[in-house]
Amino acid sequence: MANKKRIDPATGTETVGHEWDGIEELDTPMPRWWLWTFYATVIFAIGYTVLYPAWPMVSRATAGTWNWSSRSQLDAELKADANRKRPVMLALAQIPVERLSDDPKLMNAAVQGGAAAFRVNCIQCHGSGAAGGKGYANLNDDDWLWGGDLKAIHQTINHGIRYNGDRATRVSLMPAFGRDAILKPEQIDDVANYVLTLSGRSKPTPSSQRGLQVFVAQCVACHGTDGKGDRKFGAPNLTDRIWLYGGDKGTIIQTLTNGRGGVMPAWGERLDPATVKMLATYVHSLGGGEKFGPDQPPVSVKQNAAR
Amino acid sequence: MRHADDLANRARNRYFEKRRKVFPRQIDGSFRRFKWLAMIVTLAIYYVTPWIRWDRGPYAPNQAVLVDLAHRRFYMFSIEIWPQEFYYVTGLLLMAALGLFLVTSAVGRAWCGYACPQTVWTDLFLHVERLIDGDRNSQRKLDEASWGAPKLAKRLTKWSIWLIIGALSGGAWIFYFADAPTLFQQLIGGTAPRVAYATVFVLTITTFIFGGFMREQVCIYMCPWPRIQGAMLDEQSLVVTYKAWRGEPRSHGIKRSKDVSDLLPVGDCIDCVACVAVCPTGIDIREGPQIGCITCALCIDACDEVMKRVGRPSKLIGYTTQADEELARAGVPAKTPLQRLLRLRTILYFAVWAAIGIFMLFALGNRSRMTLDLAQSRNPVWIQLSDGQVRNSFTFKLGNMEERPRRFLVKVDGIDGKIWDETRAIEQAGTSLTYEVPADQVAKHSLYLAASEDGPKSTPILIVVSALDKEGGQAVGRAHFERPEQEEEE
Repeated sequence: MANKKRIDPATGTETVGHEWDGIEELDTPMPRWWLWTFYATVIFAIGYTVLYPAWPMVSRATAGTWNWSSRSQLDAELKADANRKRPVMLALAQIPVERLSDDPKLMNAAVQGGAAAFRVNCIQCHGSGAAGGKGYANLNDDDWLWGGDLKAIHQTINHGIRYNGDRATRVSLMPAFGRDAILKPEQIDDVANYVLTLSGRSKPTPSSQRGLQVFVAQCVACHGTDGKGDRKFGAPNLTDRIWLYGGDKGTIIQTLTNGRGGVMPAWGERLDPATVKMLATYVHSLGGGEKFGPDQPPVSVKQNAAR
Repeated sequence: MRHADDLANRARNRYFEKRRKVFPRQIDGSFRRFKWLAMIVTLAIYYVTPWIRWDRGPYAPNQAVLVDLAHRRFYMFSIEIWPQEFYYVTGLLLMAALGLFLVTSAVGRAWCGYACPQTVWTDLFLHVERLIDGDRNSQRKLDEASWGAPKLAKRLTKWSIWLIIGALSGGAWIFYFADAPTLFQQLIGGTAPRVAYATVFVLTITTFIFGGFMREQVCIYMCPWPRIQGAMLDEQSLVVTYKAWRGEPRSHGIKRSKDVSDLLPVGDCIDCVACVAVCPTGIDIREGPQIGCITCALCIDACDEVMKRVGRPSKLIGYTTQADEELARAGVPAKTPLQRLLRLRTILYFAVWAAIGIFMLFALGNRSRMTLDLAQSRNPVWIQLSDGQVRNSFTFKLGNMEERPRRFLVKVDGIDGKIWDETRAIEQAGTSLTYEVPADQVAKHSLYLAASEDGPKSTPILIVVSALDKEGGQAVGRAHFERPEQEEEE
């Protein structure tokens, strides 16, 4: 690595003076304009440190004369996005939810927006796939305690169920027949056996025959003589295959003994009306939604472009 | 001579090198005329293409070549490319690369010499310069003259014309990205998008600087192509060569007569440096192949003119190969250019290039203009319905890539069930769904399928989409209908 600078005859350029196993490096000078671009970057850098946050100080960096910050940029972007969505949100706030299906474009926007709002507000109980869990309704299926058309779903989301603090919330109560000593344990066992026959999962037995007597006396007011429930009271249909808390005998006895009364918050007090409508539309679109509002003529649903 | 200059230059400051000013002399000849032709053709393609109209019906733009970034579509005459079909563009790029390999291995840096935008615009700017300042010698004189009114006037005139050319070049570029007539009106009226003005501004400035001032500096210092192309040359490649075996020793200042040439061994080169004077990059071709040579062949024209005047055979500088040089030195006649062009390497390059082209044409001719993307929902996999049936759900995208709205019928094959989608209530479930997908768009929907819970855990099914017009067409998606594990009978 001796310093052996020499002029390379082929190029006329000086070498850097180092040599590795016979390989030398040319010290080709830069073009002068390249140097100018270097000076230009220096000037740019100085300008940048003046305009933008740059120099570290004791507590924080210099703010720069343009007062730029990533936070204010995010604020501006969020504001711009809200402005972009404003026409849709305004239209949603004004249209009655049951008339949404008249405007496929708006409906599509509502479903998309509802999917996003669902992920923020609803998946904690209903799950990310809206499949629910024990005590939390599966929103994909066709079984609706309080009604499954768009208007009914909107009402449920807006005012909640058994939610203290919302006057329009819907309330009902499954009594604690055992705990409150309304029925004796044997009677509860009989009724459970009878309920199991309603959905055809067990054959009538003497016990279920006795249970029928109790059912007629205690249960038909809400669940109906045929056990098909009543949406006025949010009373579940006992003849179908869907059980919010479980349809095995043990769970049914538990339900009869301690009663049930799940709570759904009233989202109208936390979210804006447009978002509540979007959520209702999204839940309705999950495949279990029923006809679009009770007073509507049947609608022919036009197709939406996805774009 | 050049080396002495350079060394003096570097001795003063070895950290940077001043640009050596180049004042190429005007020359006429066969290669110059070919360069004119190449300039006219390439500039015409560049300026005219966005203005060609192409009728695609009411649902698509009628511009023949359009890169529609906003809607993510690329139109080229009868071909329309969606973003997911970008591999066609990749194929085109591959063909461009292979084409460059082919041309370079056959005739050297022909791209650099004739077709590269840097070369074409520099050439254009050089002609403007000659128009204002005169040829080589007056340019040099003007450059050395002190700044007075005449020089200032000439400089301002020249720069203004350059700026106008630059603005036209930058202006033409943006027409590829929007409807040209509309954008032109907006541009004039001041209502065009800001990005259009910004693009025109940037391209005007870069054209002005690169064509007017940077010129050969771009080729020598900024462009990677010369270095890559150098690696593609071999001893069979035809490149612009000073035939030293014919020219040396040079007879500078020697009165040429039969007697003298008998006494002194002199070559054909009379050291008139006409080849250096016309070179747009300011090199001396007689120093051999070098990075600065863009093979524009203007030195061939210059030398031929001189050789004719002194009565020597032409093509002392000419397109020749290294192999021919060895033959010539051995006194054997050279092979013809055709023999040099047709060899394994060039034939292979051409074969691969053509194979990609044919494959792309075949693929373009056979591509389907209706698409179905199907995804099975896994969250949850199945849903229990109140009547005991089981429901699966899918998400599908129905792509109508044609320039007209089309109606499609969706059916399920392989299972007895009912289907509906997110826009229908569950009571509206049926055996088929119809969709009208707007021209050139994708419709995304959820598909719900309900069937009996009795059956295998997983049943293979087909989602069949048929076009409901006379052209027809079908797209099929494979999926499975999943059921819960059958419970044991109690």
